[in-house]
Parts: sequence; C-alpha cells; structure tokens
Amino acid sequence: MEYGFTTAAYVVASVLFILSLGGLSGQESAKRAIWYGIVGMALAVAATLFGPGAGNWFLSLVMIAIGGTGGWLVAKRVQMTEMPQLVAAMHSLVGLAAVFVGFNAQIELGRVTRLIAEGVPVAFTGFAALLAGKTGPEIAMLKIEVFLGIFIGAVTFTGSVVAFGKLSGRVDGKPKKLPGGHMLNAGALALSILFGILYFTGVGPAVFWLILITLLAFFIGYHLIMGIGGADMPVVVSMLNSYSGWAAAAIGFTLGNDLLIVTGALVGSSGAILSYIMCKAMNRNFVSVILGGFGGETGPAAAIEGEQIAIDADGVASALNEADSVVIVPGYGMAVAQAQGAVSELTRKLRAAGKTVRFAIHPVAGRLPGHMNVLLAEAKVPYDIVLEMDEINEDFPATDVVIIIGSNDIVNPAAQDDPNSPIAGMPVLEVWRAKQVFVSKRGQGTGYSGIENPLFFKENTRMFYGDAKDSINKLLPMID
Amino acid sequence: MKIGALKEIFDGEARVAITPSSAVHLAKLGHTVFIESGAGARAGFSDDDYVKAGVTVSRTAAELVGAVDLLAKVRPATEAEIGQMRAGQTLISFFYPGQNADLLARTKDQGITAIAMDMVPRISRAQKMDALSSMANIAGYRAVIEAANNFGRFFTGQVTAAGKVPPAKVLVVGAGVAGLAAIGTSVSLGAQVHAFDVRPEVAEQIESMGAEFVYLEFDQPVQDGAATGGYAAPSSPEFREKQLAKFRELAPQMDIVITTALIPGRDAPKLWTADMVAMMKQGSVIIDLAAEKGGNCDLTVPDERIVTENGVTIVGYTDFPSRMGAQASELYGNNIRHFVADLTPAKDGVIVHNMEDDVIRGATVARDHDVTWPPPPPKIAAIAAQKPKEKKKELTPDERRAAEAAAFKADTASQIKLLVGGGLVVLLIGLVAPASFMSHFIVFVLACFVGFRVIWNVAHSLHTPLMAITNAISSIIILGALMQIGSGSAWVVILGALAVLMASVNIFGGFMVTRRMLAMFQKS
Repeated sequence: MEYGFTTAAYVVASVLFILSLGGLSGQESAKRAIWYGIVGMALAVAATLFGPGAGNWFLSLVMIAIGGTGGWLVAKRVQMTEMPQLVAAMHSLVGLAAVFVGFNAQIELGRVTRLIAEGVPVAFTGFAALLAGKTGPEIAMLKIEVFLGIFIGAVTFTGSVVAFGKLSGRVDGKPKKLPGGHMLNAGALALSILFGILYFTGVGPAVFWLILITLLAFFIGYHLIMGIGGADMPVVVSMLNSYSGWAAAAIGFTLGNDLLIVTGALVGSSGAILSYIMCKAMNRNFVSVILGGFGGETGPAAAIEGEQIAIDADGVASALNEADSVVIVPGYGMAVAQAQGAVSELTRKLRAAGKTVRFAIHPVAGRLPGHMNVLLAEAKVPYDIVLEMDEINEDFPATDVVIIIGSNDIVNPAAQDDPNSPIAGMPVLEVWRAKQVFVSKRGQGTGYSGIENPLFFKENTRMFYGDAKDSINKLLPMID
Repeated sequence: MKIGALKEIFDGEARVAITPSSAVHLAKLGHTVFIESGAGARAGFSDDDYVKAGVTVSRTAAELVGAVDLLAKVRPATEAEIGQMRAGQTLISFFYPGQNADLLARTKDQGITAIAMDMVPRISRAQKMDALSSMANIAGYRAVIEAANNFGRFFTGQVTAAGKVPPAKVLVVGAGVAGLAAIGTSVSLGAQVHAFDVRPEVAEQIESMGAEFVYLEFDQPVQDGAATGGYAAPSSPEFREKQLAKFRELAPQMDIVITTALIPGRDAPKLWTADMVAMMKQGSVIIDLAAEKGGNCDLTVPDERIVTENGVTIVGYTDFPSRMGAQASELYGNNIRHFVADLTPAKDGVIVHNMEDDVIRGATVARDHDVTWPPPPPKIAAIAAQKPKEKKKELTPDERRAAEAAAFKADTASQIKLLVGGGLVVLLIGLVAPASFMSHFIVFVLACFVGFRVIWNVAHSLHTPLMAITNAISSIIILGALMQIGSGSAWVVILGALAVLMASVNIFGGFMVTRRMLAMFQKS
C-alpha cells in the first residue's frame, strides 16, 4: 500500500518534470513551467522521505534545511553575468553527489553480502533489503551501473570545477594541456576500465578499485576541460549538464529507481541537444570541441586590405539619430563590461524616438547557451525585440545602423568568404550587409580565437574604441 | 592661417566657396576667414551674415588675395585671378587639370599650390569632401525639377472622377550620383522610372531607389566597370550597338529622358541620337546633364533650351547646381571645410600639406613649381572587384520532385538504419542483462525519447533557464542519498548525508535562480 503510494508520487513527479521542460518553449508558459518543476521535486522528496525504506529522516531534514538555505542565499545574490559559473558550480555538486551515492551502493552491497555470508539473521530495511534480494546477474549489472555512475559523476565534478574556475576568471581561460595531451586522457580511461574489470570480477578490495577509478576520472575531467578555451565554454557547460543527467540515470539503475532514471535521461538528453545546437552554431564537430582548440590549419588565411577607421561618440550618435532601423549585436564583451544596463537605456531612448531597435543573438554569443538573452532580460529589454540569428539575418541589408558590442567571431565575414579561415563555414550574423556598422571594442586586436576579422576593415565599418559601458553611456545624452 | 573666398566672376555662377556656417567651422580649426564683398549675394548670403559669423569682408578681390594664404573658389580660376596670386599661396577650387593644361602650367610657374576639388579620390574617407558628388546630387534633383517644369503633364498617375491620368515614364541614363538623385526625385514625384548604366553592378542600387534596371542581353560576360575606380569606362562597339537598339525600343514610350553619362577625361558619349528624338512623343522632355562635355544627345545645345520640330524640349543647361545656389554653396562650403580640416590635423590653424595622405596627394595638382598631376593610383580600391555571382541552377519540376524523393528515401534509409541498429543493441543487452534491469531500461529509453522531443521545442532565448532548471531537477539524485542514509554503516550515513546536503543546495539554488531569470523576461 505504502509502496504503491511512492510509485504514484514518482509517476506524477516524472510527468511534472516533462511538463516543466516542455513549458520552456515560450517565455510566458515558462513562468508556469518552473512551478511544475518545484512541485514535482517537492513531491518526489516527500514521497521518498516518508515512504518505505527511508530512515534517519531527521538527519535528512537537517541536511536539506542547511543545503537549501545555502543554495537559496547563493541564488538570491548571484549577478546575472555570473550565471555561467553558477551553473558550472551546480553541476559539480550533482557530479560529486553521484559519486557518493555510487560509493554508498558498493559499501552497502559489501555489508549486505558479508552479513548474509555470515548467516546473521538480520531484517534488512530500505536499500539494503533491495540489495539482499538481488540475484547473481543482477548484482553483476549493479556493479556496471555503479562503475558508470561513479565514473561519469567524477568527470562531471572536476570538469565543472575547472569550468567554474575558467568562467569566473580564477583559472586562465586559455587552453592548456599537460605534455602527452590526449594520450594521457586515453591512458587514464584505459586504466579506469581495467580497474573497472577488476572491480567487476571481484578481485581484491572493491572499494579500493572504486577509489582508484574515481581519482582517474577526476583527472580526466580536469585535464579535458583545461584543454578547452573560453569561447567553447557554451559547449562544455551543456556537455557537463548532459553528464550530470547521465550520472543520475546510472545511479537510478543502481537503486532501481525509475524516477531517477527518467529525470536523468531528460537532463542528459537536454544537455546533449544543447551541445549539439552549440556545435552546429560554430560549424564544428562535437569531438573537435571536446578535444580542444581549433582543428589543423587548412592554409593561409586571406590577407586583409584596408585600415580600421575609428570614430568618436559624436559620429555614432549622429548616425543613430538619422537611422530608422538599428540592430544591436551583443557578445561576451558586453557581459564583461557589464554594459547591459547602458545598452537597455540606449534601446529605450532610440525606441522612444520612434526607431526600430532589435537585437541579434548568435547561438554561441557569451559563455552559456542563451547567456545574452538573460542579460538583456535582466536589463529590462523586452524579449520580443531580441531575435535569433535565423530570424534577423535577412533583415541586415535593410538596416541603417548595426552596433556590435563586444562580439567578434560571430560577425566575421571570413566564415563565408575565406575557405582557409579556421572558422570557415560557421554560420555568422551578416552585419556587413547593413548600411553602417559600428564596432564597440576595447582596442585593436583579435578575439579569443586569434582570427583577424575583415569586418573591421570594411568600408562601412567604423571602430568605436573604448570600454563598452563607458562608450554607450557617452552616447546616451547625445540621442534625441 | 588666413583663408578667403573670392566672388565668382563666371557669368551666371551663383555659388560661393565659403558660407557663413562653414566659416564658423573653419574658425574652429584655428583659421581666420576672409570674404570678398558681395561674394555670397547671389547665393543669398549678405556681407552682414558673414560679419556675424566672424568673417572679415575685403572690399576688392585684389585686397582679399593680398590678405590670405589659402584662396577658395568654386569655378576654376581665370588667368587674371591666377595672375593676382603670389608664390606660396594655395588655391582650392574645381580645376579640371585634364582640360586646363595652360592654367596648370601657369600655377606651376607661379609656384602656387593648387588643390583640385574635382580630383579628390573616391574613397570612403574622402566622401565628405567629394564636391563632384555633392554637386552631381544637386544637378540630378534639379534636372527632374527642370523636366517637370518643361513637361506639361503630371508625373504621378491618378484616377480622378474626371478621368484617368497615366504616370509619366522617365528614363535615366547613367546611374552615377546625379543619375541616382534623378531616379530618387522622379520616383518620389510618382513617375515610373527606368534606368540604365553600363556598369551592371549598380543594378542593385538602381532597384533600391525604386527604378527598374534596363538590362541588356549578352552572351559573354561584360567588362567590370568597377575596376576603374567607381567611374564608367568607354564601352565596346558591340555593347554600344546593343545599348542603342534598346534605347530605340524605349524612346517612343518615354516622356522624360535624363542623360547623365560621363566618362572621366573624355567627351560625353553620344547615346541619344537624332532618330531617337524623332521617335519621341510630342511634349516629351530631354534633360542633358552632360551638356558641358558636349552632351549625350545629338541635338543638345549647351546652355540652351531648344524645342525640336516634333515638339520635344531639349534642355542643355550646364549650371544646375548654380540654380540652387544657397544649398549648393552650403554643400560645397562643407566639402571645402572638410578638406581644410584634413589639411589642419592639429586643429591649430597650421596647415600641414601631407603629400603621403592619399586624399591630399590625389587632389593636389601643382605644388612647389611642380606639376603633381596625375597622381599615383590610390592605395585603396574604391569598390571591391565584383565577384562572379554563382547562379543557382533552376530546377525543373521533375528534377525537384526527383530530388525530394531522393531526400525522402535517404531520410527513410537513415531512420531504418538507426532503428535496426538501436534494436540490435537493445536485443544484445537483453540477452545478457537480467529481466529486472530490462524493465528499467525501457523506462530509460522512453525517457530519452521524450526528452529529445521536448527539448527541441525549447526557445533559444530560454537556454540559460533551461540549463538552470535541468540542473535543479538533476538533483533528483537526492532520492538515492535519502534511501541510503538510513543504512547501518556509518560510512554510508556520512556520505549519504553529504550527498543530501549538496543536492539540496542545487534544488533550492537551481529553482530559485531559474525563477529569478524567468521573471526578468518581459514583453514590450
């Protein structure tokens, strides 16, 4: 009877989670979707806490209270520009939790088998009871699941910690590899599989093998993400998102818990799709992103002729005052300079003057999928003027002024014109087709990828040097 | 530095090289500005206006020339004007060094630095000093106004209670600055405008102004006119024949013909022959903007308006910009002051004649007893060479159907492959895995499937909230920890408690931050 109740709660929670993710298809339904998620989670936790098999619920409640307060406070204080690192940090917690739960399963299994072998008549409760009832092949399967859960969880943990460090600037964003490169990763992977087999066949102390596997996985996660540069972070973060889901699913198999499996699979596929979208937006193969750095050079990039012509705030302001349609292309530089408030104010003034102002967002702008949308939303830019690349690319020829704020590779015409460019074939925003382009940039020099951008040398391009926030603030009083 | 503008002595010239407003800007650059008394009168600027702008008025030309270092004019200087000047002085005006070789030799001999406004290179940076363009723009506009004045009918088509009025048909030959201005003006008056140019790459500009580009059919690719610095080049005989045949076809239909075709350094090409004029309707108007260079029309008489026997008016005025003296002076004055701004890089009234600068080098035709014309080609090409456009092959309906069918087949094949492959993998797992595992495995596969379907629909702009919320719900791992925490082993309890702690940080943090983000998305 009680067991039936728990399962029923799990079914409802699974449905709620699916609805919650489905609701994110639109901004309005998303506000409802979040509540589906919260209710689903509350239901699942309550059903487990008070359902059969759970013990020590007082300790559980205390832990939930402490953790919950901590999470609540962090989430309340975090700046929207710090969102990428927050997401990465949270992934690391899920990864580590998966590792712990995996270890527990093995320890518990060891205890149960020992007690049964000793013939001590004990009435097992909860998880232990489940383990006690398992047959030989089922225990073998369980070991595979524990191995997968711990391995993926550990990679997620260190990977996310490194990603967090890179995104928050505590670790240098440049790709770094130890001598040996991917051979080290491959070696570590082979070793973990070897230890996995030893663990599986029951040679030697099981927990010891698991610890070794965990350490190796920690290393793989660390080394893999260290080798990936800052601009590829959207892919990394969504990949880690996916891993945290798969780890949860693996643990779900271990515990025989369908809700865990369903939720893990949902999260895993969500992260996988996000990674796929990000890779497609960079016209790069998932493997090449994960292996780090750009692929081999295909030939010398075409030389760029011409000069970068600078312009001052007066010039930009008068062009804006004359323009009818304006498109703003934000990039990571806007987030770094915290310029979203100034940009929003500029948008408000331009719109008040009866001009059409829209935003063009490239899928990989920023360090997190959808990063720019969140920043603009925070600055109170209405979301219906924030458009995706495919929605706005055709409108550039009819646009009077394009302002590029802190983005570089995503507006690089070399991706289309120069087959030798490292980013050849990457879909880009075709800003150069507009009548006039202003680039707000801190100084000359190339972007993260080190690729020269011919856009800056085009005849209709003017460089508006300076810190993005200061530059936009200087414009504000001149717009009427 | 002292800068002064002479009164134009050319008959009928209404423009002046410095206006009160451009004088203010020149003063800001640190220069002292002079003007000959009455120089702005015909453009509508009195001496008082100049005095108010801080300009010193000189009574005679000689007094002015004596006082200044830099002399600004509109028309090329006459021999007499050059004679008054002294060595070391700078003259800035239209010059046409190609046609005025004597004048050029004279300036050289006298040691005068001559800057020709008509030689300013056509690069983006120099657009603000491109006097040819600013004057051509005015000429194009004025040409349409003159045409309307001589054309006794409506430009725009109307349907009135009293009957229907057809729109005027306008043909603009040559889509340079003047041609495009004429197109724009005619279109806004409501006429149906056709336009022709030998440079096929301007078709886009013509169409963007609302006119129809007159295409010529050719077998082989035509020469790329953009290679000559943005100006038209002489065309081949074969091309010319095609062109004239097309014009003959159009002539009877056209009410207004505006010709603006010029080739740098040559006489205007004859494009509108006498027989075309004869074919035109009574009351039609031809405005020949190339009259100064001999005219595009055979019958044009420079500076005259004539009416042919069949009632076609041909206007050959050469002073269109001067007919809008005030604005032409404003624009020319601005061109001059932008050039002076380039000559005064430090804005301190000291002129630095930097011959390394493309624009200054290009416009300087004589300096230090030396002829510096023609200039070396500029370092920057005016217009990027046109790339051959790849034409997508038009597919016939049959081919398209075949392509669609092939795509559908490939799609089906790949789906079947995936299904068969996936099925085999599941079967293999089923062979070795215990039954209890398989029941969970079904749930897993279905959940992945649902996940893929659902996530594809998520709006791109909500990807960050999606990550935050999946993060929160991936903390469902807390269930595992909750189930284990009741164990008898101390290790399990400790690890379980830690896992619960971390997962609950995520649950609360994840949902909270998602809610914060979603609340920010607002509709306008």
